[in-house]
Amino acid sequence: MTLSYYLVLAAMLFTIGAVGVLVRRNAIVVFMCIELMLNAVNLTLITFARSTGTVDGQIIALFVMVVAAAEVVVGLAIIMSIYRTRRSASVDDANLLKY
Amino acid sequence: MPAEGLLAASWLLIALPLAGAAVLLLGGRRTDRWGHLLGTATVVAAFVLAVACTVQLAGLAERSADVELFTFIATGDLDVTAGLLFDPLSALFALLITGVGSLIHVYSIGYMAHDPARRRFFAYLNLFVAAMLLLVLGNSFVALYVGWEGVGLASYLLIAFWYTRPAAATAAKKAFIMNRVGDVGLALAIFIMFAQLGTTSYAGVFGSIGTLAGGTITAIGLLLLLGACGKSGQFPLQAWLPDAMEGPTPVSALIHAATMVTAGVYLIARSAPIYDLTETARTVVLAIGALTLLIGAIAGCAYDDIKKVLAYSTVSQIGYMFLAVGLGPAGYVAGLAHLLAHGFFKAGLFLGAGSVMHAMNDSVDMRRFGALWKKLPVTFGTFGLGYLALIGFPFLSGYFTKDAIIEVALDRDDVWGWVLGGIAVIGAGLTAFYMTRLMLMTFFGRARWEDGVHPHEAPSVMTAPMIVLALGSVFAGALLVAVFPLSGWLEPVFGEPEEAAHVVAPAVIGLVVTVVMAFGVLAAWLFVGRREVPVTAPVRVSPVTRAARHALYADAVNESLFMRPGQWLTRALVWVDNRGVDGAVNGLAAGLGGSSARLGRAQNGFVRTYALGMLGGAVVVAGALLAVTGG
Repeated sequence: MTLSYYLVLAAMLFTIGAVGVLVRRNAIVVFMCIELMLNAVNLTLITFARSTGTVDGQIIALFVMVVAAAEVVVGLAIIMSIYRTRRSASVDDANLLKY
Repeated sequence: MPAEGLLAASWLLIALPLAGAAVLLLGGRRTDRWGHLLGTATVVAAFVLAVACTVQLAGLAERSADVELFTFIATGDLDVTAGLLFDPLSALFALLITGVGSLIHVYSIGYMAHDPARRRFFAYLNLFVAAMLLLVLGNSFVALYVGWEGVGLASYLLIAFWYTRPAAATAAKKAFIMNRVGDVGLALAIFIMFAQLGTTSYAGVFGSIGTLAGGTITAIGLLLLLGACGKSGQFPLQAWLPDAMEGPTPVSALIHAATMVTAGVYLIARSAPIYDLTETARTVVLAIGALTLLIGAIAGCAYDDIKKVLAYSTVSQIGYMFLAVGLGPAGYVAGLAHLLAHGFFKAGLFLGAGSVMHAMNDSVDMRRFGALWKKLPVTFGTFGLGYLALIGFPFLSGYFTKDAIIEVALDRDDVWGWVLGGIAVIGAGLTAFYMTRLMLMTFFGRARWEDGVHPHEAPSVMTAPMIVLALGSVFAGALLVAVFPLSGWLEPVFGEPEEAAHVVAPAVIGLVVTVVMAFGVLAAWLFVGRREVPVTAPVRVSPVTRAARHALYADAVNESLFMRPGQWLTRALVWVDNRGVDGAVNGLAAGLGGSSARLGRAQNGFVRTYALGMLGGAVVVAGALLAVTGG
């Protein structure tokens, strides 16, 4: 098993997610990109767990999934309420909290 | 030795006038009707007590009494006990202050009769008497300093008594500030005593002063002298005294002629054990005395304001006293004798001047006087006796006391003795000139009164004190020098008077001084009495006269040397404060405010910007970790 394939894939997924967070305006897409980044990290964790033969990484990955599930619930609820008040899911429209 | 009997109650001397001042100041308008009577009564009571104390003192074997009062300051090494010392020297001053003070209080009842603020006037006068008595009765330099500042305050309040007049308010400030200059010297001298000797009581300081280094003693002597110069209107701090004549005339008589301005002489005489050890400081005392006696006499020749002439005369006469006390043991007694005699005749002259002003609608311009001797016979008589005493007419007060000073100066038997004696003799001639000029312009010649002036003699409540003082002017000198020699009375303070080998026989000195005086009188008659006195001062005059009219430019010198540089300094400091200190503080605040406003712009509300920031931060942290671990 070659470690680098998995790691490069994880890095590519993470980069796609990061770029998506930075450039997309739609809150749902940004959200999905965050999930993508989390899962890229999960992939890395599992890879190292397999290669070292320990379970630590797998446990952390499970934690990440739980946190991500909770985050999805809260995040989607926020996005819903913003959409209801503004009739828009663009993250740039919700910019009142500033200087 | 500790005081017993009446002497133990000598603190009442100070307490009585102080209580009078407190009642009059706190009592307000309720005391208006009888305030002046209370004020006079307290001082007369103090005089009676002073006489009784002095009689008891004369009966004591040691002729010195300590009165311990209370602990004034006690912290750490600093331990000052408030106490009084009643010895022949302080008794002399207590008698002068309360005696002349009582007479002037009585006079003021008449002089201030029509002034709406008469109660306030008596309150301040009482305050002055209390402070002055503390000054001379205190048994330590700290007590003296408290009294010293007290009389300064009373002097300020009384010069500015008519504070609505700008000239009076300015003169009071001038007197106060110039006195502060001197007081700094006195304070520093006391600090040195604390630091070096750990005590300020007279007994403690004089007992251990000999253990100090010569330079320290000289420094103390010179700083004390600076204080004395400020209070006594001596060069270079003489300019405030003539301006102080803006106050009511009884104030000029009591404070600025008879008592307060002689406090400097008292200080030096009291500090005799210090000055005995420092030839340098004593020489400076001599120089200042000689210089001031000439400056005062020259300026006195040129003024037309009757009170200013008398004020410069005071400056000049105190110059005589400084000259005397600078001469050492024999001089102390001569100087103090002159001080007492001067207290009588100068107070009498000022009261006479007040009576003249009273008659002339408060005018002080001698050019608008003239021919008053017929209208004011009592004033003329008493003023004339004071005048004769001041110029040293044979067998009147000034003759004995001034000649004694010249004698002591010549007894030095060196070149400086002759120089100082010569200056004193010249001063006597000038004194005769300016005083005769004053007499001629005021009482003789043609009447040059302003329209609507109807001179009338003062009421008897004013003339009675003048008569008493005139009698004092006539007999005080003879009493003090010939009948009851002051040197014997002051022996416990200054030691046994040694019979000096006279260089010049006293009779010869008396003759020379009388001849010089006669020349002064003659010159005055030639320049003033023989001619018509113009009602306005001539403008085309010699440079000497012009200089004398400006008091030898003392004000101009002070202004250009001290006032202007002082103003520049304050302006520079204000600039540094505004631009430098305030600038730094305000600049820092403005810089922080501006930069935070600019940094705040980064919070633009766009989530993506924050996300980019987090990413950038994470990359930086990761990069740093890699770099550190050598990744």
